[in-house]
Amino acid sequence: MTTHYLILSGLLFAIGAMGVLIRRNAIVVFMCVELMLNACNLAFVTFSRQVGNLEGQIIAFFVMVVAAAEVVVGLAIIVTIFRTRRSASVDDANLLKY
Amino acid sequence: MGETITFWVLAVVSVGAALGVVFNRKAVYSALMLGTVMLSLAVLYAVQDAPFLAAVQIIVYTGAIMMLFLFVLMLVGVDSSDSFVETLKGQRFWAAIAALGFVTLIVLAFGNAIFADEVGLAQATAQGGYIRSIALLLFTKYVFAFEITSALLITAALGAMVLAHRERLTEKATQKDLSRARFLGDRPSPLPGPGTYARNNAIDMPALLPDGSVAESSVNRYIARYDVEHGHLPEDPKLAAAIRHRADDEGSESGDAESNAEESNGVTK
Repeated sequence: MTTHYLILSGLLFAIGAMGVLIRRNAIVVFMCVELMLNACNLAFVTFSRQVGNLEGQIIAFFVMVVAAAEVVVGLAIIVTIFRTRRSASVDDANLLKY
Repeated sequence: MGETITFWVLAVVSVGAALGVVFNRKAVYSALMLGTVMLSLAVLYAVQDAPFLAAVQIIVYTGAIMMLFLFVLMLVGVDSSDSFVETLKGQRFWAAIAALGFVTLIVLAFGNAIFADEVGLAQATAQGGYIRSIALLLFTKYVFAFEITSALLITAALGAMVLAHRERLTEKATQKDLSRARFLGDRPSPLPGPGTYARNNAIDMPALLPDGSVAESSVNRYIARYDVEHGHLPEDPKLAAAIRHRADDEGSESGDAESNAEESNGVTK
């Protein structure tokens, strides 16, 4: 069963990475990042059971905490960018480009 | 056996929903799909002897984070849909190729790996049960990380407050200022209300003036635009022309900030 869980985790991670690459809406990009974090957590939990060690679950727990903090700050940044540029598209925030 | 069935059902659901997150055009649908993925993962954690993480997943992810996402979506505008213009040429194609290659690598690597029999958590949780074992690890070996987490959370809360705070640069307009601006402007009276007729009572119907002409300003510009885009125009050619004209009225998207300000003025009128 471990193999199945790990492959599912890899699939979800790849889908999330693809979303980050192809979507233009900053909020959706952010959601895809969350998807990747979730996929990592699944791998942690799976390995935790595989090797009979609770530390994997502790690490997954910390990942969740960090993800929560990251979402709070990230969404605040998106709101700020939207306020100044009137757009949530990642293509429009390009003032640092040249 | 039960775990196998649960796994396959939830694997299909979560992969399908994950694809939905990426390929849905509307951000709200993406958020709902992400909620589905997170709930399925919570059940998978519960199946894998991690009930604590399952609860945390539901409370923190589906409870707090998804709500935050939806909240910001509503704030930023639900219809801020993606532009499907490719800035980098062929980016979408190569992203799909890269994702496919990654999946192939993962499947090959894990498919060929040989794992020993699962040890299971029975021995790790032998002393005092599952929750006690988690707590023991969290408050002894990882207590420093746990304390650092509190600093992280406070920093995040402060950061969000600082970022979302908007300093008022000008004095707030008082009622006196608004009324002066209104009478100095070209329309002191309120905008005409939308027309209601015997057969329609929708707000996208323009009103008729006493002389029988159509009052274009009685229809909200955004509603007119929606009607034109979705083909909901009335049969009467005069009314349809009025709505079309209203939709093109200062129709440049770039002037949104300006028109928003104007719209809010319209509300106060």
